[in-house]
Formats: sequence, C-alpha cells, structure tokens
Amino acid sequence: MSETVTPAPAVAKPRRTLTRAVIRFAGDSGDGMQVTGEQFTTEAAWAGNDISTLPNFPAEIRAPAGTLFGVSSFQLQFGSQRVYTPGDQLDTLVAMNPAALKVHLGDLKPGGILIVNTAAFDQRNLEKAGYPKDEKGEPKSPLNDPGLAEKFRLYQVDISGMTKKCLEDLPLNAKEKERCKNFFALGLVSWIYTRPLDPTLDAIKKRFAKNPTFVEANIRVLKAGHAFGETAEMFSEHYGIEAAEMPAGVYRSMTGNRALAWGLLAAAERTQIPIVFGAYPITPASSILEELALHKRWRVRTFQAEDEIAAVTSAIGASFGGAIGVTASSGPGIALKGEGIGLAVMAELPLVIFDIQRGGPSTGLPTKTEQADLMQALYGRNSESPIVVIAPCTPGDCFYIAYEAVRIAIKYMVPVMVLSDGYLANGSEPWLIPDPKSLPDIPVSFRTEKEGFQAYLRDAATLARPWVRPGTPGLEHRIGGIEKQDGTGNISYEPDNHDHMVRTRAEKVRRVAQEIPATVVNGPESGDVLVVGWGGTYGAITAAVEEAQMEGKSVASAHIRHLNPLPPDLGQILRQYRRVLVPEINSGQLVRVLRAEYLVDAVGFNRVRGMPLASQEILEAIHQLLEAKS
Amino acid sequence: MSTVTGVPGASPKYTKKDFESDQDVRWCPGCGDYAILSAVQKSMPDLGIPKEDIVFISGIGCSSRFPYYMNTYGFHTIHGRAPALATGLKLARPELKVFVVTGDGDGLSIGGNHLLHVLRRNVDVTILLFNNRIYGLTKGQYSPTSELGKVTKSTPMGSADRPLSPCVFALAAGATYVARTVDRSIAHMEETLKRASRHKGAAFVEILQNCNVYNDLAWNVLYDKDSKTQFELRLEHGKPITWGPADDRRGLVLEGLKPRVVKTKDVPESALWVHDETDRATATLLAQLWAPEYPIPLGTLLSQEGETTYEGILVQQEQKAISDRGPGDIAKLLLSGETWKIG
Repeated sequence: MSETVTPAPAVAKPRRTLTRAVIRFAGDSGDGMQVTGEQFTTEAAWAGNDISTLPNFPAEIRAPAGTLFGVSSFQLQFGSQRVYTPGDQLDTLVAMNPAALKVHLGDLKPGGILIVNTAAFDQRNLEKAGYPKDEKGEPKSPLNDPGLAEKFRLYQVDISGMTKKCLEDLPLNAKEKERCKNFFALGLVSWIYTRPLDPTLDAIKKRFAKNPTFVEANIRVLKAGHAFGETAEMFSEHYGIEAAEMPAGVYRSMTGNRALAWGLLAAAERTQIPIVFGAYPITPASSILEELALHKRWRVRTFQAEDEIAAVTSAIGASFGGAIGVTASSGPGIALKGEGIGLAVMAELPLVIFDIQRGGPSTGLPTKTEQADLMQALYGRNSESPIVVIAPCTPGDCFYIAYEAVRIAIKYMVPVMVLSDGYLANGSEPWLIPDPKSLPDIPVSFRTEKEGFQAYLRDAATLARPWVRPGTPGLEHRIGGIEKQDGTGNISYEPDNHDHMVRTRAEKVRRVAQEIPATVVNGPESGDVLVVGWGGTYGAITAAVEEAQMEGKSVASAHIRHLNPLPPDLGQILRQYRRVLVPEINSGQLVRVLRAEYLVDAVGFNRVRGMPLASQEILEAIHQLLEAKS
Repeated sequence: MSTVTGVPGASPKYTKKDFESDQDVRWCPGCGDYAILSAVQKSMPDLGIPKEDIVFISGIGCSSRFPYYMNTYGFHTIHGRAPALATGLKLARPELKVFVVTGDGDGLSIGGNHLLHVLRRNVDVTILLFNNRIYGLTKGQYSPTSELGKVTKSTPMGSADRPLSPCVFALAAGATYVARTVDRSIAHMEETLKRASRHKGAAFVEILQNCNVYNDLAWNVLYDKDSKTQFELRLEHGKPITWGPADDRRGLVLEGLKPRVVKTKDVPESALWVHDETDRATATLLAQLWAPEYPIPLGTLLSQEGETTYEGILVQQEQKAISDRGPGDIAKLLLSGETWKIG
C-alpha cells in the first residue's frame, strides 16, 4: 500500500495519505456492527471513495452474547483507486469484545491498527470466548500478552465506559446507554480516517426522528469518539484517502438484492405490465421480497407463498395470465422449485427465477456465500430441461441483470435463472445511477389475432410461441405439462415429435446467444494465462489480474455474465492463451462446463469456505500456473 | 377492474355445446367424470360470463385432465399445485373466473398444503374436488380419503391411515363456500355447481365420484336406491334438517353439541335443527355426519357472502398506493435517498 506523508498542520496531528484501506468492525450480533459499517460506508462514499463491503453475520438472530459464533462483523475497503473487493487483510480491526478479537485477529496485518473495547474484556466474556486459563483458574486476557502490542498498533479504549460517562445526565437506562457504544467506535474510526461525520449525523436524526433523547445520545457519543481520537494521547497520526477517479455522474450506494428488486421495477415500468413476485422467506433472498413489497405503485404484486413450490407455481400462473412471473430463493428453495421450473419450460412461458446462492448442501451456511448452484441451475431438473442462466458480477450489476432476465424471458418465452449470491446480495458498492431511458426496450405483444392461431406456432427468429392473455376472445386454448405436438399444442405421445420438441426447446435457449454482447477481455488479447470467472468473484479476480499485469505478467481475465447459453465468442477467446484458470467458490463447476464445451485444459482454483475468494490467493494461483508452464 | 359475476343477458347466450372442446375425452368408459364434465359444461351458460374470461386449472390425476375438455382457457399443471398456480393467476388477473379441478390425491395428499392456503386466503376461485377414494391414474393405490383397512395394491393387508373428510378440511381451512354433491345426482350436481361458481371467494365443492375400475361403488350408499332413500340428506338453508322415506321421515335435534336422530313424528317441528348455512360451527358439525349412524348431508354446508378476497385486498392496497403517491417512477426512485455527485 503506497503512502505519502503530507506536512501536518501546526496544531492538528499529522495526516498521512493512503490510496486505500481495509477496516473491519466486529462485535456481538447485538452490538450494532452492521449499522456501524454501513454508516462508515456512507461516510466514505461522501468523501468520493470507491468502496466494496462485506457484511458477515451469524445465522442466529440473537446468538448468545459473548460467544464466538455470535460474532457479527462488517468489513469494507475504500480507496482513491478502483476498489474491486472488500479486501483480504485488514488495516484496522475494531473488536468490541474478546470473542470478536479471537475470531478476527488472524486477518489483521502485522502493524495494523487494533482497537479494543477494554470494558468488555471481563472474566465472563473471556471465558465465553474460550481464552486459556492461568494457574488460578482465571481466563488470561489477550490484552495482557505483550506480543499483541508488539505485533499490532494496539489501542485499548474503554469504549463502554466513556459512552456511559458522556450520557450520564440523559434520561436513558443503562441498557439504552450501552447500546450507543457502536457510535463511539464509529466516531473514533471516522477521525482516524478523516471521513466526514455529516452523513452519520443526518442518519441519526432521521433514524430516531421520534425520539429526541436518542438523537442527542447518539450524536454525543459519535462526537465523543471523534474528539477522543483528536485529543487522547494515544493516536499520533491519522489518515486521508483522496477521492477516487470514477466516471462522472450521480452515485448511490447499492446492494445486490435491492438492485435486483429495482431492476424488476424498471422492467415493470418499461413494459407496463404487472409483476407477480411469489416467494417464500429464505436467507439471503428475503430482502428482495421485502423491498418489492414497498413498491406497489409499480403494480408489483408480492405473494408470500406457503412454500417454495407455491412461490414458483404462482409466478407461472401469473405469466400464464400475462404478467411477469418472478420467484426468488436460495439453493434449497431452488431445489424445491425444480418441478415447477420444468413446467414453465414445457408450457414455454416467461419466468424469472433469482437464486441467491448460499453455503450448502441442505441448510448448510445460510448467511454465507457460495457459487455452488451453477450445476443445479443448468441441470437440476428432471429430463432435458434447458433454461437461460445469467449471473451479475457486482451488487450494482444486479440491477441490469434483473432487467435483462425479464427482457429475455419475454422475448423467448423461457425461464431465466439469475445466479446471485450472498456476497452480492448484502454487499454494496458506490453505483453510478443510470438513466432508465438508456435501458434496452422490452417489447411485449400479446397475440389477439384469431386467424391461423395455434398455441405452439413459433417465431422464426426466437422460436418463441405466442403469448396469449386469457380473456382474449377466440383464442381459448389449453396448455400443460404433458408433451405436445409442435404447432397445435395438442397432447402428443408421438416418439419423433418428442425428439423434435426436446431439440426445439434446447434450440430456443441456444438462440439467446444472439443477445450476448462481445466478451470483454481485461488484458492482452493473447498470452500465458486467461482467468475466467462468473458471478460475485469479479472483484477478486480483477484485482488479482491487475496486480499480475503490474508485475509484468502476461495475464488477462474474462468474466462471464451469460452462463447458458455461453457467449458465442468464448471458445475463440479461450484458445488465445496457453492456460485457462477458473477460480470459483465451489468444487469446480464452470471449469467442468468449459472443459466439456470447448475441450480446453482449463484448471480450477476452488475454495469453499462460505467467504468470497481473496484476490491474493487468486494471484498465487496465477503465479503457480505460470511457473508450472515454464 | 371488470366484475366477475357477470350480468345474465349482458353476455353472449351460450349452450352446453359452446363449452365442449375439440379434444377426445379419454377417461375410462363408465367413469363418473363424464357426468361431472357434462354438468359443468351445462352449468357454464348460467354464469353469464364470456367464455374467454373463464380458466380451468388442474394438477395431476384423472380429474386433472378436465381442462382439456373445456372450450375455455385451461392449464393442466403439476401434481398438487393447481391452487398455487391459480392464486398467481388471480393476482395477475383478478377479473378472470378461475376454476380449480382436483382430486382426493392431488388436492388432499400431495397438494394438501396449497389447498389449505388457497382456502384460508379466500382467493376467489371455485374448487371442484372429485373424491373417488382411490388413486386412479397410478392404477389403484389408496388415497387420503380411503377408509381405514382399505386393501389396495400398495396396502395388501389393509391401509393403516385414517381417512379425512374433504368438507371438514375445507371448513376448517376457512373456505367461504363449502358444498357436497354426487356424480349420479345430475340435477343436484348442476344446481350445486351453479351456486358454487357464483360465489365470490374460495368456494369448495366435494363431488363424490365413482371410479368404476379401481374402486367401483365406493359411494354405493348414495347410489343404491334403498340406502339412498334411507341416508341421503338434502340441505336447505332455513329449513329443518329432515330426510328419509315420506312415511318414515327422520330429523336431527341438537342436544348441546351432539346431534341426535329422531323420527319427525315424535317431536314438534320447532325442536328440529334448522340448517343455517351462514354458520361455520354448525356446518362443521354437519360435515362430519355419515351413514349409518347419521344421514349423509348433500348440498350447501356453508355460504358466507360478502367476505373480502385475498386478491381484492391486494388490488385495493395497490390502488391506494397509486392514488396516494402516483404511479411508480424509476428515475425518481433511483435518485431517492442518499446520493452524491462525482465530477
């Protein structure tokens, strides 16, 4: 990380300019770490930085206080250069209790800033965090280990105590006062990185608009934390990070799930037909349902179904009725929807399915990320059941991918599955707000012409059958899951007709390839290594590849947004490099597809830890592949 | 939003024939489904709804082939899921008249959950459940309405499951219209279907249907002339509950919550239980009665008119949101909340 020292103003402490920094706030799941992280993100965004975030929380709603599994954290990287990932190693760790310290210390860089809330390091919390005991049987505090202060820049701050002190005269109970302590930490870190407090002050006023005492309390604590940094003898310097050079325009912070929901709204507004969104609550997809429920003005009808199967079949019923049928879930729910998706394949109706992947199989790691549903998306249904599969690569990209899913589903009368993941869903980035008018058109034409109507007549270019709204006189017809004769749509058990229909359904999906733009290659057009990725690993791969390029290596990357069908130019691109590396958060799924499809000797880089890949480990994999070649 | 309970006369005049599709009907010869199909087709003109506004949705099973034979819109879906699919359709198109055709296996076994929820939500659909107490399409396994000890291919020593009553289920789930009829009482079936399909809200009709191949005469108690006379009870709202041969009429009196069979000539008419089809509690008591201890009630058990429907509430919310704040504007939404300018 490059650093330049600017001459400090006479009174203030010296300020050092950095190009980027990685911070993690960690504490109990009740300590407000998510709010703290989100608020710091807004501050950094105001300062014009590029940002990438990684919220990480336990599956339990309120895990027992002080335990290791109850630790909740929020990490972000912000910088004056492009930021592709939330960062691998931490420059600063805020640990609100011993458990948070124990869980996260391993990620802190040697020499990094470590801020601990000393008040929480009592015997009970130390014991819960499982610190070893001394000869008297009392748990040893890691803060007493001289090695800690040698290895890191350790700041022991009585955050709880100082919070309580500055709220002494306010009519709040002890618990309410204690709850403000996260804003002390936020104020302190905001001072360390000279981020503006204004957005947080505004947010506090909004959030507690109905309770002036809470407003007063939180503002006081926030400012106290900030002032503590400035005045306490502990901190000798602080840091500035200049605004990043980003394309001009108006920005907002965007998470993946909100972007998916808003992409649907944009599609509803453009097509002027209602959306019926059937979903059953499941982590990490539920927030899409909640977000859409707020936006009835777009004629989005959200249906909290009795189960995953009802969620997908209600969406299919809606599509049959001439609305945009959409369902969302995570891997386990997608498994349940398989038969329903097959019905949409057979009935040739538009259907959009969001799969927000999480760790599995079974319940797995509900709140953690993974990319292991690719095979399920491609093949996870009975018989020959091809669907279109696309994947966003950043939180903001989810907006475009949802819109694209609706466009393709309607144009080709096919199910389209969007593979997002827990990391994209909850992670955020500063997002350049698009002009909705610049989005491609989504033409919708319901058939009304009686003359020559048949339910399975096909469009020559797309092979789509006509979309007919019930209520259209003279076009009464019946469809269903039984195989049908092409053209008429009548039930048919004819062997050759079935073979023809299997091929036709596959060909229809294959023709979606004509919608795919040229693949963007980041780096030389030919060379030693091409790194191919898909989905949420975009940031980590791009950061690793750019670093390898700066080292002078002949490395490029290509990120695939269309997974079925694959981009028509991909085979040609793969052959321009000696080796192909495919990093994925699964045991090697896309790599298998590429090997099968293109007969290239692609190799995988696979880690399945429920966490995003680190760019450093991808860089190492690139190095290894380069060395293996020579 | 156009109304679904069309005004008779305002719509095209139909005959039964207008509702017959060009597909060959492929049920087994002698199947009770033929009579039901005919009764449904015959009751359609009475609805007074343009046939393009009518949709039949089904799941899987013999009964679920039904939509193919109706010259309306239709969707033959997957096993048990018709109620969920119909719910989505009604959300998209509340103005359509939607029927769900299901059976005792499709509706009460694999699709029991969906049937429960479509009824409790009071989605405006008419559900016809053909109950033949057997799995027909899979060739003769016992169903959730088969009697305990039923010997079938999958239960050679007799089934160990207790049967459930579809009408009791529907009443408990919250259906706002519940009725029972029989495939061999054509006139009664037609009348019941007409009433059910005019109901606004979740209407449920159990049609006792004969599977002459795998479970012939399962409802013989209502087919056999003598036992039919002895046990068939035709319910009429506001009338005392009586049945049986003219010279030996029986009636019900309620002793607390316990129904007791009496000879009508032994009690004053004022002592007899009077059927109140607006009352769910007594409807549920009635639905549980069965021969030989009690009569078998046919007709409308419950009819609650004027209840709000699920999709009705959602559409109201949507209209309120639009009238309060105007239709959605994505350009404005994108710029709402915290934004900042670069460059």
